Amino acid sequence: MTPFSYARANDAAEALQLGRDAAAAYLGGGTNLVDLMRETVARPDRLVDVSGLPADIAETEDGGLLIGAAVRNTALAEHHAVRTRYPMLSRAIVAGASAQIRNMATVGGNLLQRTRCTYFYDTDGSRCNKRAPGSGCDAREGFNRIHAILGASDACVATHPSDMCVALAALDATVHLEGSGGARRLPFADLHRLPGDRPDIDTVLEPGELVTAVELPPLRLAATSTYRKVRDRASYAFALISVAAALELDGDRIADVRIAFGGVAHKPWRATRAEEALRGGPATDQAVHAAAALEFADARPLRDNAFKPALAARTLAAVLGGLARGEAA
Amino acid sequence: MSLIINGIAVPAPVDPRVSLLDHLRETLHLTGTKKGCNQGACGACTVLADGERILSCLALAVQYDGRSITTIEGLAQDDALHPLQAAFIEHDGFQCGYCTPGQICSAIGMAAEARRGVPSHVTTDLTADVTLSRAEVQERMSGNLCRCGAYNGIVEAIRSTVAAEVAA
Repeated sequence: MTPFSYARANDAAEALQLGRDAAAAYLGGGTNLVDLMRETVARPDRLVDVSGLPADIAETEDGGLLIGAAVRNTALAEHHAVRTRYPMLSRAIVAGASAQIRNMATVGGNLLQRTRCTYFYDTDGSRCNKRAPGSGCDAREGFNRIHAILGASDACVATHPSDMCVALAALDATVHLEGSGGARRLPFADLHRLPGDRPDIDTVLEPGELVTAVELPPLRLAATSTYRKVRDRASYAFALISVAAALELDGDRIADVRIAFGGVAHKPWRATRAEEALRGGPATDQAVHAAAALEFADARPLRDNAFKPALAARTLAAVLGGLARGEAA
Repeated sequence: MSLIINGIAVPAPVDPRVSLLDHLRETLHLTGTKKGCNQGACGACTVLADGERILSCLALAVQYDGRSITTIEGLAQDDALHPLQAAFIEHDGFQCGYCTPGQICSAIGMAAEARRGVPSHVTTDLTADVTLSRAEVQERMSGNLCRCGAYNGIVEAIRSTVAAEVAA
């Protein structure tokens, strides 16, 4: 690690004051940032510890939930309102990392974790436009089984690694931010960027801007929702494909549906095309496969991940089929 | 402020780069906690922070100033092993032993999580009380690797002690 100073912030105002230096970084649970610093991928000169900021989960006036950014991943997954009203979020969280990491990791940090592309981590000899802009991308022609098939660019084919964020994308969450210009709210879908020619920038956050909370809207169909993750081993691995989905049926027809995919793009992928295709139609395997085909029509698979569109379609069909039959998971 | 390690107050390191793992091993000479991968992938460095299992390799020691840390050295009561330590011997829950301190600390934290109803990836009913079946123990302990492959003994040791207490 390169040298840095450490300071604890007691509230958001103090964090913003301490974090206004361009080379400062906010520290949550440290499960990603400390690792990146050890590998010298991240080299902040100051860490502002925001893990002690408010960590409450509160009911909102309209019947949603307001989740403090310092809430630990485990605390969110086990919260009764999340388990009953937003089960896909509980299931997404416990599908990620290990229990030890979930006990440390914060909600804010989960949003801002960086890709697990191995070339991004390999400072000893790999080219990576996300780590060193303009150096090139060794993933595009390299081992790219875990990489993106949607929304990628010549510069970068990395995926966003979070499970929790896939659920938040499907749930129409809102991110609460505070910065030098004041507070603002951002639809979750607008938080993460596609790589374009600036893959070094993951989100639309301004320098020094702090995630203070994530808000879930009231969403009736979220009570019938789940998360399924397909990976190379049964536990403690990143997703090849994951699906977060919520379903509301009206007889045999789909009254409403929410779908997001993980493991396919530089950001959690809200599948609006597939949702539109399914809404009002029959809840059949055939309809789901047709909707998935629409969603992945622009897919650009790489050497090692041509299986992803078909795997995503089958996983979606299994998930929606299970929800339609009233299966718990 | 200071860290409380197995009940004893010790100063936090001056250099914020020092991980909790290195502080335990190199400064305090508590070498029971093991350094495996040093990148959060193996669980060998698992300790308890205020009773919650965490990875000490990904923890900066300064961030745990004021917190109470329990390591493998803090589990036995004088000469009496913690029941889970005894069960690891009884059930052959190790070969080389390198992952064992992390396995034991992790299982103690795991049992506390199950007791308060934290669901896992294999939990069918998210709102029911947790029963620590073999599948549940395997999933909940998946953050602790054993490269000798002593998993059968590890799961049996856990199920015969801390997991049995959850069901009771």
